Order: sequence, then structure tokens, then C-alpha cells
Amino acid sequence: MTGYVLRRAGGALIVLFLLSVLVYLLFYVAPGDPATLACGPRCNAEQIRQVREQLNLGEPLPTQYLHFLQGIVAGRDYSTGTGVLHCPAPCFGLSYRNDQPVTELLAARLPVTASLAFGAMVLWLLLGVGTGLLSALRRGGITERVLTVLTLAGTATPVFITGLLLLMIFCAALQWLPFPSYVPLSEDPEQWAWNLLLPWTTLALLESAKYARLTRSSTLETLAEDHIRTFRAYGVRERSVIGRHALRGALPPVIALNAVDLGTMFGGAMLTETLFGLPGLGQLLVQSVRTVDLPVVVAAVLGIGAAVVLANAVADVLYALADRRVALR
Amino acid sequence: MVRRLRARPSAVAAAAVLVVLALLALGAPLLSALAGQDPTTYHDDLIDSARGGVPVGPYGGISGDHWLGVEPGTGRDLFARLLYGARVSLLVALGATVVQVLIGVTVGLAAGFGSRFADTVLSRLTDVLVALPMLVFAVALTAVVPVGFPRPLLLVLVIGLLNWGGTSRIVRAQTLSLKKLDHVAAARLGGATPWRVARRELLPALAAPVITYAAILVPTNIVVEASLSFLGIGVTPPTSSWGQMLSTATTWFRADPLYVLLPAGCLFVTVLAFTVLGDAIRTALDPRESSRLRVGTRGGSRGARRTAAATTGATHTTATDTTATHTTATHTTATDTTVTDTAAADTPAPPAGPDRPTREAAV
Repeated sequence: MTGYVLRRAGGALIVLFLLSVLVYLLFYVAPGDPATLACGPRCNAEQIRQVREQLNLGEPLPTQYLHFLQGIVAGRDYSTGTGVLHCPAPCFGLSYRNDQPVTELLAARLPVTASLAFGAMVLWLLLGVGTGLLSALRRGGITERVLTVLTLAGTATPVFITGLLLLMIFCAALQWLPFPSYVPLSEDPEQWAWNLLLPWTTLALLESAKYARLTRSSTLETLAEDHIRTFRAYGVRERSVIGRHALRGALPPVIALNAVDLGTMFGGAMLTETLFGLPGLGQLLVQSVRTVDLPVVVAAVLGIGAAVVLANAVADVLYALADRRVALR
Repeated sequence: MVRRLRARPSAVAAAAVLVVLALLALGAPLLSALAGQDPTTYHDDLIDSARGGVPVGPYGGISGDHWLGVEPGTGRDLFARLLYGARVSLLVALGATVVQVLIGVTVGLAAGFGSRFADTVLSRLTDVLVALPMLVFAVALTAVVPVGFPRPLLLVLVIGLLNWGGTSRIVRAQTLSLKKLDHVAAARLGGATPWRVARRELLPALAAPVITYAAILVPTNIVVEASLSFLGIGVTPPTSSWGQMLSTATTWFRADPLYVLLPAGCLFVTVLAFTVLGDAIRTALDPRESSRLRVGTRGGSRGARRTAAATTGATHTTATDTTATHTTATHTTATDTTVTDTAAADTPAPPAGPDRPTREAAV
């Protein structure tokens, strides 16, 4: 088991490293001169030259990349002409817009995205796993048909359509909910939840269909296995067969999928955040792309990539913990 | 295949919707000329500037001149903008699908048919690509492209370059199992070049799974295009797109609900039609699918997963030692091969008695 975890972690690290090289190359070598971008539209040649020096753009590429890595691991100093600006340990550079360390910008956005992701997760698990189990245990009934239709509609509706419709119904027409705006959890937990309810629901509606389907097929599969037949033959009560034995076999795929999804959400639900005006990571990425703030884009993409790679690794390990056969392969 | 598709009412309906949509998109200039409108003219007289630019008249300003009303804020004709939006949507989605299939088939073939090293590198690349959230990268990529680059082409390339992983995985898996079949082995022994083998022996057999997968890719691509335009990094104004309209609609939905519902409806219907059609194509090309669904309650997909595991396991052994194992498998069809292989892997072949689960038979 330990060996498996180590192997999986090693694989994740390699992928992360490749990703960082790729992202770095793509963004700093791609057309468009970083110095000109960093300096802004009203810069003369002399200022651009200074910025180029500041960003070490004259150095060979591998050296630049090493500096970038060094910044992430150990921090980095930037000369601002008059003084030195220290950018502490996980340093992804300074924003082109306002020279703020990118790490600070990202950290400020993280609570919003985390609130969104965890709340939505609770909802989609309740909705999805609930319906999935229900339709697996009562086969052929109306739940199954409803589920099929919902799944189809869920896949065909992008988040922003569901969200807009919910906004129209619950905020504009019925006026049951406030127009979402982020209130920090530490300030006012009630308002926090109340404001986030709509974004959570939007995401959960999209995701839960997937979970319902997975739970259903996975439960049916487990119920068809030999050991379940044996339990039944020995006269174990049905509730115990399903609750203790079938669920144990049925839930690992759901847990694994959930880990991956949570990772992706953590990377920022760009569409949801943009639609509801929540100042999270996804919104930051979109804004930075519009203003071509490359250091922020690079850091956000790397951060999101890291979250996803990590989530995948965690999912694999969880799966292996639940089903030891995986680790032996 | 067409006959099987025609037997399904839902497929026929979906296809009809899509044909109508394609005609509307193709005839957009003609139709908007017929309505006497074009998608970019501002009509200041049709919006109520005192109320912030809400269209004059009920239902978003629907009138004899403007069949679906006008856009709030600008007064541009909504009918024309929706039609032109359909063009962008379909063009980008289909173009991106072509790019995805081309890259996916090439990479998949190279991985499945090339050297062990090539396979490792390409499969790793595919894994990374599949695991990463595509929309994030699509958004980020648009940041480094110069502003002057034509946006629809950019969208085609970005979406195409980022989402070929699924296709290449399918092609690779299929190639690995095809490689063991008689006619491929014969062609290789006959001295055909790998290129010729790939083209003459493999590609025809790959058509069915690739078409099936491409049919599923199209609706996804439509959604991605709409999402990018919604985020304000897809097509740029004055070109219209459904996603972009929905993004402006976020500020108007209280005053002019119709402005949300029209593009949302268009997008929903299009994606749904493509999804239903894709589903029908899958069933039509793989008739076992429907029977599997019927039997599948007794662990259909678990069976499928096992087969997949068996395929990869089997290929690693058969790739090294040659003809001996081939002969056992080759006289059956591609999918049955795996069952034979699993049986061969367990030391004594289990008796095919009546109490063997139906699972294996169903796969």
C-alpha cells in the first residue's frame, strides 16, 4: 500500500513538473513581448528596456525558468528602481497591473472558491447519491425515467443557463433569495449561506445527475455480485445487506469521482463565479486573461493544474484504500 | 446505419431539428434580408433610454419589423443576431471536432501501432491532457494570442488542440486489439509498410468508434464555445454568438426576460439535439449496446471494465511473444477476443456451464 501511494505521488510530481515547464514556455515565449505587456500601453522604449532588465528577460530561457522555480520554492527579490521588493516563498512573480505579489492575489480569492466548492459538493452528494440509490433499489420505476431525463437535460444545459434561469425565478420573480454577493463566512455565517445558496444549487444540479447515474450503476453492479447473493442466502436482513455490504462495494467509484470533481471546482468554477459575480479564483483568471496579466494567468493555471493532479492522485489512493485489488495491479 | 437510425423516432426528430438549424445558419444573410434586418444596425428609437435601454413595447419589442424583438441597450435585431449566432456556434463546434478527430486518430494510431517508447510518451501526454480542466486552458490560451487573430479560427484551434485526448485513447485501444487480428498480421507479414497497414487495414475498422465519439464531441464543443463567449473571450463584438448574448443578458434578465430565454433556448435545443443524435448513432453502430443495456442490470458495465482491463493485460503479453497466442484469439471477432483471452489467462478454462453468469455472455 505504501509503495502504491509513493508511486502515485511520484507520478503526480512528474506531471506537475511537466505542466510547469509547458505553462511557462507557452506563456513567456508565446507571441507578445512580456516587457511591453508588463509596462503597459503608454511606455516608451527606455521604460520597456528597464522592465526587461527587471524581469531578467535577457537571460537564456532555462535560466529564466530556474529563477521562476526558485521563486516558487524560496522566494525572490525584485528591484523596483528605487528599492527592492521581496516576494516571499511561494512566489509566482508580481502582477503586471499593480505590482502586487501574485500569491497574495490568489490567496485572497481562495476562501470564496473554497466556500463555493464545498457547499456545492455537499448538495450534489445529497442529491446525486440519494437519487442514484433510490433508483437502484426501486428498479424500473418512475425514478429511473425521471433520472434519465434529468441526466440528459443536465448534460445539455450549461451552468450559465441553469444559473440565469434560477436567478430569474428566485431573485427576480419570486424574490425569495438575494442577488448573490459574497459575504465572508467569518463575518456572517447566515448571510454567507443565504447568498451562496443559488450558486451551490446551480452547480449541484449540473453535477448531481452524473453522481446519480454512477451511484445507480455501481450499486446495481455490486448487488449482482456473488457475495451479496451469499449474504442473502444466509438470511442476512435486506437492510443490512444493502446498508453494510452493498454500499461498501458501491461507493468507492463515487468517492473517487468526487475527489476529482472537488479538485476541479477548487481550480475555480469560472462560469459560475462570473455569472454570480463571486470574486473567486475562476473570476480572477478570467479577468487576468482579459487584461493579459501573464504572471497571474500562469500562477492560476499552475494552481488549478496542481489542484486537479493532486485530486486525481488522492482519488486513486482513496480508491485503492477502499478496494485493495487496485493497488496490487 | 441510416436505416437503424430511422427506426428511432427521437433520432429522426433530433436530426430534423439539426437540419432546420443548419439551414437557418446557412441562410442567415438571406433570411435576415427577408425580414428586412441585419445583425449590426443600432435602432436607438426602439429602446427606451429613460429606462436604461429596455426595448420599447411588450415582449422585448416584438413587432412586424423585428420578429423576435430587439436587443436591450442597442436595439439590434434579435432574430438576425440569433441566426448569425447559430453560424458561429455550428462552425466552431464542427471545425473543432474535425481538428480533434484528426489529431486524436493520428496520435492514437501512432501510440497503438508505433514503438513501445512512442506509446509511453503519447499515452502519458494524453493522460495529462484528459485530466486537466479544458476550459481553464482554453481561457488561458486565448490570453497569449494577438488580438488581430480571427476569433472563430482561434476558437476552433484552441478547442481542437485541447480536447483530442478521448479520441486518441479510443483509437489506441482499438488499434491494440485490431493489431492481433489475422488480416492485419497478414498485411504486415506481406511486407506492407506501417503507413499502408494503418490506412488499409486499421482505419476502416476504426471508423465506427471514431464516428460515435465524434458525435458526442460536437455538443461538448458547442457548450465550450458558448462558455468562452459567455466569459467574454470567445468571438468579439459585433459578431454575435449565443454565449455572448447570454453574458450581456446577465444584466438584463429582470427588465427583458425574453433576451435570456431566446439564446438559452437555442443553445439548449441545439445541444440536446446533438446529444440525442449522438446517442442514437452509438446505438446504431453498436447494436449490442441495446441488448447489453437490457441484460446489463446484472453488472453490464463491470463486465465492460473487466474486458478493458483484460485487453490491456493481454496486449502486454501478446506484444512480446507472437504467433502462438494469436491463433487462439484470431478466429473470433474483436470484442470476443478479450473473453477468450481472459479464459486463456486463467490456467484451466472454466467449464461453460449453465451457472456461469450471463455477464460474460452479454459483453
